Amino acid sequence: MSAAAPVWAMSRRGAVLALAALAVLLRMDVLPIAADAGAPLSLLVAAAALLFLAVELGDWLGISRRWLVIAVPMLWLFVFFLVPFIVLGRISLAEPMIARPPYSPLWERGPDGSFNIIASFENFQFLYEDALYRNAYLSSIRVAGISTIFALLIGYPIAYYIARSPEPRRSVLLLLVILPFWTSFLLRVYAWIGFLRRDGVINNILSWLGVIDEPLVMMQTDFAVYIGIVYTYLPFMILPLYATLVKLDDSLLEAAGDLGASPTVTFLTVTLPLSLPGIVAGSMLVFIPAIGEYVIPALLGGPDTLMIGRVLWDEFFSSRDWPVASAVAIVMLVLVVVPIMWLQAVQNREAPK
Amino acid sequence: MKRRGLFLPIVATLGFVFLYAPIISLVVFSFNESRLVTVWGGFSTRWYGELLNDGQMLSAAWISLKVGMISATLATAIGTLAAFVLTRFSRFRGKLLLTGMVTAPLVMPEVITGLSLLLLFVAMETTLGWPSGRGLTTVVIAHATFCAAYVTVIAQSRLRDMDESLEEAARDLGAGPVRVFFDITLPVIAPALISGWLLAFTLSLDDLVIASFVSGPGASTLPMVIFSKVRLGVSPDVNALATIIIVIVAIAVTIAGLLLRRQSKKNP
Repeated sequence: MSAAAPVWAMSRRGAVLALAALAVLLRMDVLPIAADAGAPLSLLVAAAALLFLAVELGDWLGISRRWLVIAVPMLWLFVFFLVPFIVLGRISLAEPMIARPPYSPLWERGPDGSFNIIASFENFQFLYEDALYRNAYLSSIRVAGISTIFALLIGYPIAYYIARSPEPRRSVLLLLVILPFWTSFLLRVYAWIGFLRRDGVINNILSWLGVIDEPLVMMQTDFAVYIGIVYTYLPFMILPLYATLVKLDDSLLEAAGDLGASPTVTFLTVTLPLSLPGIVAGSMLVFIPAIGEYVIPALLGGPDTLMIGRVLWDEFFSSRDWPVASAVAIVMLVLVVVPIMWLQAVQNREAPK
Repeated sequence: MKRRGLFLPIVATLGFVFLYAPIISLVVFSFNESRLVTVWGGFSTRWYGELLNDGQMLSAAWISLKVGMISATLATAIGTLAAFVLTRFSRFRGKLLLTGMVTAPLVMPEVITGLSLLLLFVAMETTLGWPSGRGLTTVVIAHATFCAAYVTVIAQSRLRDMDESLEEAARDLGAGPVRVFFDITLPVIAPALISGWLLAFTLSLDDLVIASFVSGPGASTLPMVIFSKVRLGVSPDVNALATIIIVIVAIAVTIAGLLLRRQSKKNP
C-alpha cells in the first residue's frame, strides 16, 4: 500500500459513520424530503454503510476483498430471488387457513408437546384432478407456442432486412424496433383495445371500405390474445435474430450462389442453420414469459380464455387461497425450467466468442 | 444476394406498420373531443386537462417515479458488481449459481416472481418483524432485484468488450484493485451503466404484475391505477397519458441515439 492508504482508510471510516447517520435520519423522517421515500432511501444508504463496514471488517479479519465483492450481488440475489422459491415451495405444501397470513404454519405443537410438521401434497393432487387447471396449463402452452411461431414468422424477415440494410438506415430501423419497448407495455396492450373493439379502428376501416357489413368480433377472443402477445414480444424476437444475422459472413452466401444454389436453397442450407442460436434465443424470450402472461389475456381475452397466469392471479387475489396459488406457481416453474435451461445453454455457447 | 426481391422490404414495412399503427392511433385519439375513443368528434385537448386534475393518477405517477429512481439506482449497483464479478474473477465457488441467478429473472414469468417475493416478505414479517407491512420499500426491493438482471447483461457485454490492458497497465503502475475499479473500469463502462440505469428505470415504471403483488395500501403505482381504469373500458385520459409518455420516450431515445452515434464516430 502506498502512503495514501491511511487517508483512504480514514475517509472510509468517516464514510461509514456519515452514511449510518444519514440512514438513521432518513429512517426517522426528519429530513425535508417526501416522507414516504424515507424508508427505501434509508435502505439504500444503510446498504452503502454496510458495504463500507464490511470492507473494514474484512480487512481487520484478513478476508480477501474479492469475497466481499462477490458477496454483495450473491447475497442480494440469494435472499430476494432464490429464497422466495423455497418459501413458495413450502407454502404450496401448506393448508389454507383463515388467519394472518392465510396458510397453516410449518409445524404445530401437539398437546403432548410433540412437533408435528404440516405438509401435504393435497394442493398438487387438487391441481391434477381438477380439469380447470389442466386445461389452463395446456392452453397456456398452446397460446404461447402459437404466438411464438407467429412472432418468428413476422420477426425473421424484419430482422433479416435490418441486418442486410446499409449502415445509417440499419441503426434507424434498429432504433425503431427498440422504441416501442421503451414505452409502456400496458399502454401498448391498451392501444389494441381501441383497434379490435366492435366500434374500433379495424372495423371502422373495413366497413368504410365495404369489405364487411357486420362488425367483426375480435375483442375477448383468443385471436386478440395472440395479437397482443406477438405485438408486445416482437422486439424480443427481432433483437436476438438480428444479432446472429448481422454476424453472417456475406462470402458464405456468395459462395453458395456461385456454386449454383438458388436464393431459396442458400437460405435454407446456409442462412437458416447459422441463425439457429438466434431463433432459439428469440423463441425462448417470447415463449417463457408468454406462458405466465396475465395482462394480455386479462385485457384482450374473453372469460373463456384460460391462461395459467390468470388462474394464479384469480386464485390469489379473488379466492385468497395462497397455498393453491403457490402450487400453481410451482407447476408453472417446472414447465418453464426446461426452456430456461435451453436458453442458458445457447447463451453460454455464444458468450465466449 | 444478387437479386434484390421486393418480398423483404414489403414484409419489413408491414412489420413496422404493425408495430406503430396502434401507437399512432393512441396518440391521434388522445386529441379527440368525443368520449368515444374510436369515433372522431373534433380536435380537443380536454383530456390533457382532465389528466392534470386527476389527483389519484398524479400521486400514483409520483410514487412510480420515486420507486423507479431508487430501484434503478440499487439495481445498477447490484448489477454492476455482479457483472464485474462474473467477467473479471476467474473461477470461484458459486459462480454457476450467480450466473443462473442473474439470467433467470430475465425470463421468469412475472406472476411467479411477484407471488414468491410477496410470500417471502410475509414470511419475513412473521419471523423477523421486517418489513412491517407492504408498501414502497417492498416494491423497491422487488424492482431492484429483477432490474439488476438487465443491468448485469448490459454491463457484462461492455466489460467483455473493454480493453483489459488498460486495467493491467494501471495495476502495473501500482494502483490497488479498488482504485483500478473506480479510476479505470467505472469511467470506461459508464455509458453502459447509464443505459442500464435507464432501462431499469423504464422497466420499473412499466411493471404492473410484480408491483400488484408486493405493493400495499397507499403505494399504488401508476400502472396499477391505469390497469384498474382500463379494465373498465377505454378512457381518453389514458390516451392522453400514453401520448405524454410516448413523446418523452421518443425524445430521450433520439437524444441517446444521437449521442451514441457521435461517440461511435469518435472512437470506431
